[in-house]
Amino acid sequence: MTELLDYAFMQRALLAALLVGVAAPAVGIYLVQRHQAIMGDGIGHIALTGVALGFLLSTNAVWTAVLVAAAGAVAIELVRWYGKARGDIALAMLFYGGMAGGVMIINLAPGGSTGDLLTAMFGSITTVSPADVTAIVILSCAVLAVCLGLRRQLFAVCQDEEFARVTGLPVRLLNLLLAVTAAVTVTVAMRVVGLLLVSALMVIPVAAAQQVTRGFAVTLGLSVALGVLVALSGTAVSFYADVPPGATIVLLAIAAFAVLAAFTPAAARRRARLAARREPSGMLEGEVARGG
Amino acid sequence: MKEPMEPKGTERNEGTGVARGRSAADPVVALRGAHAALGSRPVLRGIDLTVGRGEVVALLGANGSGKSTTVRAAVGQVPLTGGALELFGTPLRRFRAWRRLGYVPQRSTAAAGVPATVREVVSSGRLARRGLRPLGRADRDAVTRALAAVGMAERARDSVGALSGGQHQRVLIARALAGEPELLIMDEPLAGVDLASQRVLADALCAQVAEGVSVLLVLHELGPLARLIDRTVVLRDGRVERVEHPERLHDPACHPHDSAAPDEAPAAPRIGTGFPA
Repeated sequence: MTELLDYAFMQRALLAALLVGVAAPAVGIYLVQRHQAIMGDGIGHIALTGVALGFLLSTNAVWTAVLVAAAGAVAIELVRWYGKARGDIALAMLFYGGMAGGVMIINLAPGGSTGDLLTAMFGSITTVSPADVTAIVILSCAVLAVCLGLRRQLFAVCQDEEFARVTGLPVRLLNLLLAVTAAVTVTVAMRVVGLLLVSALMVIPVAAAQQVTRGFAVTLGLSVALGVLVALSGTAVSFYADVPPGATIVLLAIAAFAVLAAFTPAAARRRARLAARREPSGMLEGEVARGG
Repeated sequence: MKEPMEPKGTERNEGTGVARGRSAADPVVALRGAHAALGSRPVLRGIDLTVGRGEVVALLGANGSGKSTTVRAAVGQVPLTGGALELFGTPLRRFRAWRRLGYVPQRSTAAAGVPATVREVVSSGRLARRGLRPLGRADRDAVTRALAAVGMAERARDSVGALSGGQHQRVLIARALAGEPELLIMDEPLAGVDLASQRVLADALCAQVAEGVSVLLVLHELGPLARLIDRTVVLRDGRVERVEHPERLHDPACHPHDSAAPDEAPAAPRIGTGFPA
């Protein structure tokens, strides 16, 4: 098992997988909370333009992708504020424009072809360079600082935006911060699972965890644990079985979802029993205390 | 924080019956000639509404009369196209002391995409005081007190998704109480609430009012809250149709300061209307 640690490229791959496994669900939980599970997917489409720009300018694609994805995420947020009824169409144009822009720009680059986008679209964790690792470490630390440090504030905004505004929280600023953080996460996860699958790692661990949880903090902890588990084991499996890491990670996440789903009925029954036992005292408080 | 931080209920304790300590001259909410539109449809057409310190005002009216829009305008969530809003004597534009206000929005049936415990939801109410800083022991204690006030302490660790409508409403009220506000603004706090929960809520509000908290709330009918209400304002087509004082229903237990002047002539108006005569 330690054989894969002998290779420097695998050490980098596992570090990247670990960081993405933590960061993706930590952001994803807020998107799922406000029913925007698909937003990561849209940002992934837009990031393609950034990847192609990096190729055209011969710079590290992670940084250009971060910039373009962040701009796209801010645009999505602005559409959400002002778009109202036609918002979904504006978003669709943004997503497909991003993808078409990427394909166009990469073909304008000298020696570039659409094939060069494939590594960004489907990930290539084993080609993570030391420079990529530096970028991934910095960016994921920033993501975690926002998602964990401001978790109560982001929770309040995603749970009930109007209430959050009336508490005086800077709701617009927090929404923009969350959008940019999601964009950064998408780019960080780009090398690991690929832009087309990145949303899966933001959403599926959260969906799997919440089948057996009752609270937000516990869901956050469990989905990060699941994210790390599938990202690391997927990377290891892909090394030994010679299969694509991105697809392996996502399929493992879906398997984790299915396993927890199978346990859910049992857990629900146990909870119902507990609730039934607690209910009489709950009624006491409401009824008898009032002489009812 | 430009507003003076007056301790809750100061006015009650000093008000020895003279104008009962809740003069309309010192309103906590003042909407004057408020106009507002949703989309292109005008919903408020010149609403005058004030809530004095320590006063409990209920907004009544048919569906579509503008009740909800009025309270959402009062918390700055519906922009006014005309007129003015002052909170605690400060124009909305300059108002920053949101911690003095507890808001209970209309209960939404759409659940969030991720489970949350009762305690987690109620803890959001402390953010008005904490802002971007982490919560501490005093915050946790306030959340515990708010949960106890609405009889939900036992359910603190349960998922809000597993609650009945009435219990959910209690949680939203506890969230507003957690911030220890001086003014509660509530949109239909009794809608879809079972009788047992209605009584719990009435008692919880009674305790708040006795401490000097002012209340503005939207109701369909007064129900078990009748004993708390100082004044009802009936809306119709975005205008104030009439103002009533349900005095006979008034419960002095919730308004201890009222009994400070027992020898007052019974015919004297008990409460200022807050409207220009």
